[in-house]
Parts: sequence; C-alpha cells; structure tokens
Amino acid sequence: MAKVIFIEPDGARREVDAPIGTTVMEAAVQNQVHGIVALCGGACACATCHVYVGAAWLAKVGPLEEMEEGMLEAAWQRRENSRLSCQIHVRADLDGLQVTVPRQQGD
Amino acid sequence: MISSMVIVGGGQAGAQAVDTLRREGFAGRLVLVSDEPELPYQRPPLSKKYLSAELAADRLLFRHRAFYDEHRVELKLGVRAVRLDAAQRSLQLDNGENLTYDRLLLCLGAVSRPITCPGAKLIGVHYLRTLADVAPIRAAFKPGARAVIIGGGYIGLETAATASKMGCEVTVLEMADRVMNRVVAPTVSQYFAQEHFAHGIKLLCDVRVVAVEGGRRAEQVVCADGSRYQADIVIVGVGALANTELAEAAGLRCDNGILVDEYCRSSDPWIYAAGDCTNHPSLRFGRRVRLESVDNAFEQAKAAAFNMLGRPTVHDRVPWFWSDQYDNKLLIVGLPQDHDRQVLRGDPGSRSFSVCYLKGRELLAVEAINQSKDYMAGRKLISDRAMMDPEKLRDVNIGLKEAV
Repeated sequence: MAKVIFIEPDGARREVDAPIGTTVMEAAVQNQVHGIVALCGGACACATCHVYVGAAWLAKVGPLEEMEEGMLEAAWQRRENSRLSCQIHVRADLDGLQVTVPRQQGD
Repeated sequence: MISSMVIVGGGQAGAQAVDTLRREGFAGRLVLVSDEPELPYQRPPLSKKYLSAELAADRLLFRHRAFYDEHRVELKLGVRAVRLDAAQRSLQLDNGENLTYDRLLLCLGAVSRPITCPGAKLIGVHYLRTLADVAPIRAAFKPGARAVIIGGGYIGLETAATASKMGCEVTVLEMADRVMNRVVAPTVSQYFAQEHFAHGIKLLCDVRVVAVEGGRRAEQVVCADGSRYQADIVIVGVGALANTELAEAAGLRCDNGILVDEYCRSSDPWIYAAGDCTNHPSLRFGRRVRLESVDNAFEQAKAAAFNMLGRPTVHDRVPWFWSDQYDNKLLIVGLPQDHDRQVLRGDPGSRSFSVCYLKGRELLAVEAINQSKDYMAGRKLISDRAMMDPEKLRDVNIGLKEAV
C-alpha cells in the first residue's frame, strides 16, 4: 500500500491507501474521490481522470507518454503538471503522492 | 413526491444512474436489479486484460459493496425482472418479489447476436459478453489451443489479440470483405488486418460459416466454400441485439431498441431507459441511433437520472468508442454515416494516423490510430459543427484544430 492524497475540487483533502501496482485513478474511483470520472476504466481513451500532480512529485511520477500527451491537449485547464491519473501506477516510492482534482473533466 | 425508484440492469448505465441519483440528492427507496450475480462491473476489459488474467475481477467493479450499503441501495443481484406492468407501475422478479415504483429506469443492455447454423449449440461454442462468459474461454486459451473466432468486429479482434498473446493458434472468420467493416474506414481495416497477420493470426474475409461440426463438442467450423477449420474452442462475435424483451412485453414502443426521447423517456411517462438497449435521437446528427458504447451508457444514464428527479436534461453527446488490439489503440469519435469524403492524415506505415470523415466541409467523425491528438481535437470540432479545410486537413503538419 501507498498513501495518495487527493485535493478535491472544493478543496477537501482525501487521504487514501492504494495497493501497489494499481493506478491513482483506481484509488480515486474506489474511494469516491469527487471530480474523477474515469469513463474508460484506465484505457487512456477518455481524459476524464485528469489531475494536477504536486510539484514535489512531478519528477518522480515521470514524463508523459505520447498518447497521454495527446489526450491532455484538449483537457480543461491543462497545466504543466497535468497528468491522467490512470497512467500513474502506484509505487512504494510514490507513497504520500499528492494530486489536485480539477473542477471539470473532459474538454 | 417520488419515493421509490427502480433500476433494472447492472451494467455501466445502471451503475451510473445509482451514483447520479444519490449524488443529486434522491433520498427515497432505490433498488438495483441485475440478473448477473456480481456487483456492477466494467465490460470492456472482458475481452482484453481480464481475459488474459492480467486484471483481477475486483478491479472491474465500479464500486465496492460498501458504496451501495453507505448509499442505501437495495441490490437484487442474480435476480431477473420477468414482467413489467406499466399500468400498475409494478415489476415482478423471478424470486417472487414484486417491486412498485414511481420511476423506473431500464438499462437492459444488449445480448450477443446468436449464430443459428447447424452445430451452433455444441459444447465449446462460446459468446463473450459477461464476466461469467470469460471463465471457460480463459480456461480453453492454453498455449497451442486452436481458437476459431467467428466475426472480425471489435469483440472478435480483441479476443483474437488476447488469444494470440496467451499462445493460442487463432483463426478469425469474417463474412464481409474486410474486418470491422461497419465501424471503420477501409484504410483502418487494412491496418488492423496487417497487425493481426503480423501476430500470426489466420484472418480470412469473405467467408461464411455454415456449420459447426463435432460430436458433443465443437471440433471444426465449416464455411460455405467447403473450407474447414479445426477448433478446440469457437468464439462467436457477430454483433449484439438490444435487449428489449421486457419492455416490448410491457407494451413500450420499441424499434431496434426501446424508443426514448432526448430526455431518455420511453413511451410510458414513468419509465426511462438508458444505454445499449435504447434507440434515441441524436440532435447533433439529426437522426435516431442505437449505440453500443460505454460513453453513451454513462451519459444517457446520467441524463436519465436528472430527468427522473424532475430536472429536465437533454442527452445529446457526440459518441466515442475505443478498441485495444495488441499495442494499438483505435479511438473513434462521431458518426460517419452520410459522409461524402474521407481524408487520411498521416501514414499508416508510421503506425500513427487518422481518418477524417467530411460531409461537404463539415467534420462528422474521426478514426484515430495511436493518435490521441486528432481524436481529442475531433471531439470538440464535431460537437461544434466545425467546417474544415480539406487541403489543410491532409497536411499532418497542421493540427486538426487549425485545419478549419
């Protein structure tokens, strides 16, 4: 297990335990984190699990893959630290990862 | 005063409706009836990572049981709705229970279109639609096993890719002259056919299956041209039919799906329907459609829930679809019918390209292969009824967004 901290769109802080090897998106869905839709279930096909990764974690999470980059291009209020949470796999060294959920998903 | 809502069907639409109804403040009795014994789960991985056992069943669930308990959702799992009495607003279940409702939502989904040739019912002939369907198929997909797949659509090809990954010898038999012929452009069919060839799949088009032969078990599949294909297992993926039986028997208007309006209302004012089982108007495309997609089930169920709560909400989204085969991702947005031209962007040889469908200069649909930029841009452009410049469109150095 690793801890993932979600800041929901209304500012609420949610700390959840996520099994290693699953994704940050799954942790959000299973814990009913507000603002994560995750329609395609992690296939990188819908861009509705968009999050902003905390500055301290960005390097550790790693760079965007090309498909993810393209999906995010039209995302609502994309920023430098935008990621699709279905593409972030939970790892021991990500224990404590903090991500912020945007107010809107999709384009 | 609405005190009781009943949802029939535990797929994407049913699960979403529960979620939206509670989130939007419905505090009355909420019942979810599903003829499957499992909690509502995602179907797309069934032909992919769940079939290959890379994904465990609990990772398919939309919500764990605690969610339903916490939100006071009465689950009737493994229970079938057998009779709907619209006049009495009551629903009879096969466990003997009778449910009365103020609002009913039918999320009945679709059923696999069966084949009817001789031998179609032999042991070893399988369909892939539910979680329960997967176990025997997975067990048969042993290295060296001969899998014959009837139908080269999404299900057939995704299953073929998974079977090949699991070490099976795979044959795909497609009746049309190309794979996925109802959903993609010829260029895209050709690209995917090549991918399957490259993975050692024996893929045949223009072949019509006339019989499955064997003793008790299916042993070979016979085609009209006399060709025969040895099989340890046969998987049929020849499309799906809207599951309208319950609705039709209750007198609801149906025509290739339960007929609903843009508010997801059926011909009965207290009964709504959402997902694969519906035939609904698309305002964007100016005609009725029946869609088999996760996105439509989700969006329509959400809209239906708002309408059931008395908050008028129109369902009119541009549909989208995806398919994973090997390391390829096919992303489709829009509906290509009525187009008068297809424009290819990029080189299929580069493994990343897209096909845009135009009617005049209006963009109707985009099929993107390993290309998410054009797909995402297409979603917005189609929804906005953007007019494209076909010359710019052909030039991959110009972004799709800029090709207007």
